[in-house]
Amino acid sequence: MAGASTAVPAVVVRRSLAGQGADWRGLIFQGLLLLSVVITLLFLFILLADVFSRALPVFTERGGSFLSSSLSSSAARSGVIQGLFGSFVIAIIVVIVAFPIGIMTAIYLEEYAPDTRLTQLISINIRNLAGVPSVVYGLLGLAVFVQLLGPLTGGRSVIAGGLTLAVLVLPIVIITSAESLRAVPQALREAGYGIGASRWQVTRSLVLPSAAPGILTGTVLSLSRALGETAPLIVVGAVSGYFSTGNASTVDQLFGRFTALPMIVFNWAREPQQSAFGPLTAAAIVVLLLVTLSINAFAILLRNRFEKNW
Amino acid sequence: MAAAAQPGSPPLSVVLRGSAGRRRREQIIRAIFFGAASLSILVSIFIVLSLIFEAINFLAQIGLDQLVALGWFPRRGLFDLRTLFVGSVITTGIAILVAGPIGLGTAIYLSEYAQPRVRRIVKPILEILAGIPSVVLGFFALTWINPQLVQRLNPGAEGFNLMAAGIGVGVLIIPLIASVSEDAMRAVPRSLREASYGLGARRITTSLRVVFPAAISGITAAFIIGISRGIGETMVLAIAAGGSGGSIFQLNPFEPGQSITAAIAALATGTDQVRGASAAFPSLFFLGLILFFLTLSLNLAGDVFVRRTRQRY
Repeated sequence: MAGASTAVPAVVVRRSLAGQGADWRGLIFQGLLLLSVVITLLFLFILLADVFSRALPVFTERGGSFLSSSLSSSAARSGVIQGLFGSFVIAIIVVIVAFPIGIMTAIYLEEYAPDTRLTQLISINIRNLAGVPSVVYGLLGLAVFVQLLGPLTGGRSVIAGGLTLAVLVLPIVIITSAESLRAVPQALREAGYGIGASRWQVTRSLVLPSAAPGILTGTVLSLSRALGETAPLIVVGAVSGYFSTGNASTVDQLFGRFTALPMIVFNWAREPQQSAFGPLTAAAIVVLLLVTLSINAFAILLRNRFEKNW
Repeated sequence: MAAAAQPGSPPLSVVLRGSAGRRRREQIIRAIFFGAASLSILVSIFIVLSLIFEAINFLAQIGLDQLVALGWFPRRGLFDLRTLFVGSVITTGIAILVAGPIGLGTAIYLSEYAQPRVRRIVKPILEILAGIPSVVLGFFALTWINPQLVQRLNPGAEGFNLMAAGIGVGVLIIPLIASVSEDAMRAVPRSLREASYGLGARRITTSLRVVFPAAISGITAAFIIGISRGIGETMVLAIAAGGSGGSIFQLNPFEPGQSITAAIAALATGTDQVRGASAAFPSLFFLGLILFFLTLSLNLAGDVFVRRTRQRY
């Protein structure tokens, strides 16, 4: 008997385990799953190909002057320099305001906070803030940074816009930083306390260095999110036509009328797309995508380079 | 014990407390961190206060009968809320019809079928799609989705319409639904799958009858969060749905329309002019308040489902 059973070829066993005949239902299902992946990838591919092909004439004809010119009523002379300046200032404000506050909040919640009602309220509140639509943050910015604090921010200025976007990404910074802190093993902290270190010493010298790559990745990704947001800037009052910066000093530009890269995309996208502004919109999108996607790529590289598996 | 009891050395409890300076420093640092954390509560309070204050101002300025009219034309005193609700519901519905099956299919494929090598390629591409600003998708919906998809299937569709905008929003939330559902399915313990295969079940049976039901809470959460994102999405609608000056009440997805979010954006574009029309400016905040509570309740519901998954495994 034993000899007979070993004589059965493996192929026969495999076939009888797999059932008789082909599994059509299974194959069709797998085909549909694969189709959904392909559709997703196709959307991205078509989007990028479409935008780049529309934008190409602008870059071949205008070259660098598209990057260095100001907004203008004539498409042939319009450029995105004011948008680049606005987005740059916004990025700096987000880094200065949202990053420290967000990381400190995450440290408080993960390393210091006792498990009380107040702590639970704070963390539920942060999760909900992360889901508030961006346009509502724009209304907050309009009420607080433009109207209430107008004398300090200059009203509808890039400073008000930057502060609004800093508040917008704050919950994202907190949530991603808290996740990185949570991933640090408890044993590391206990080792620190064991040799007599205080809570701050443990946090600063043991926990933060271990969590730094994760925190950095999350914060960098949130920066790219801030630079792509348009709706809050519309509400805060970024300029929706063209305007001249002229010879205004940098300080005047900080407190005066402003725009940003995504805002320029929105304004040109509202022009009739058959006009000369069609290719210009695509070109501005290419610049915007180069900025946000390269920040994303940098963050993903950071994560892959420093990712730790405890 | 003997050492601690020696005369001249302080009691153990005092030694462990450390120096007064060190304790003070620790307390100051703790207070700073707490201050940062309470700022987030302040943000919420400011959001609600600024919205409510102007929303009441708005309701006080208009007659309630003005909330039902021919359409939403705030500068002419017509504040028909139905128009905006219908716009939001139609576009979000279309978005979920697009992103639901595609996102879920992608999630099942990545979680149950894909080789690790394929996963390593597809996941970052999904992240790229998730990182594309919505203003770009608005342009894509207007210049590609509408002429190449919508107007091919229905030549009568307008240049701006709710259908193209809805599909655009759908593309935007595919990565969200895919990643949240995939996380939920990957959280299902391996042993469940092995038990299913051990009983002789095929991969399709294991995916649909074992893993899918086990992950249903997380998948429900993915759809709720997706709906919330769809309702809150502004730029795709502001660019591709038309109705920048206002919109009449209509139910046809192939016609232009306006959502709650797009109405805010349209009114705020060149907010200087809004200041003139008295009730139009506070109507911004009234819409914001509706939007805030709509998405808040959806997010809270989504949170409940997410936590249910976490408790199970």
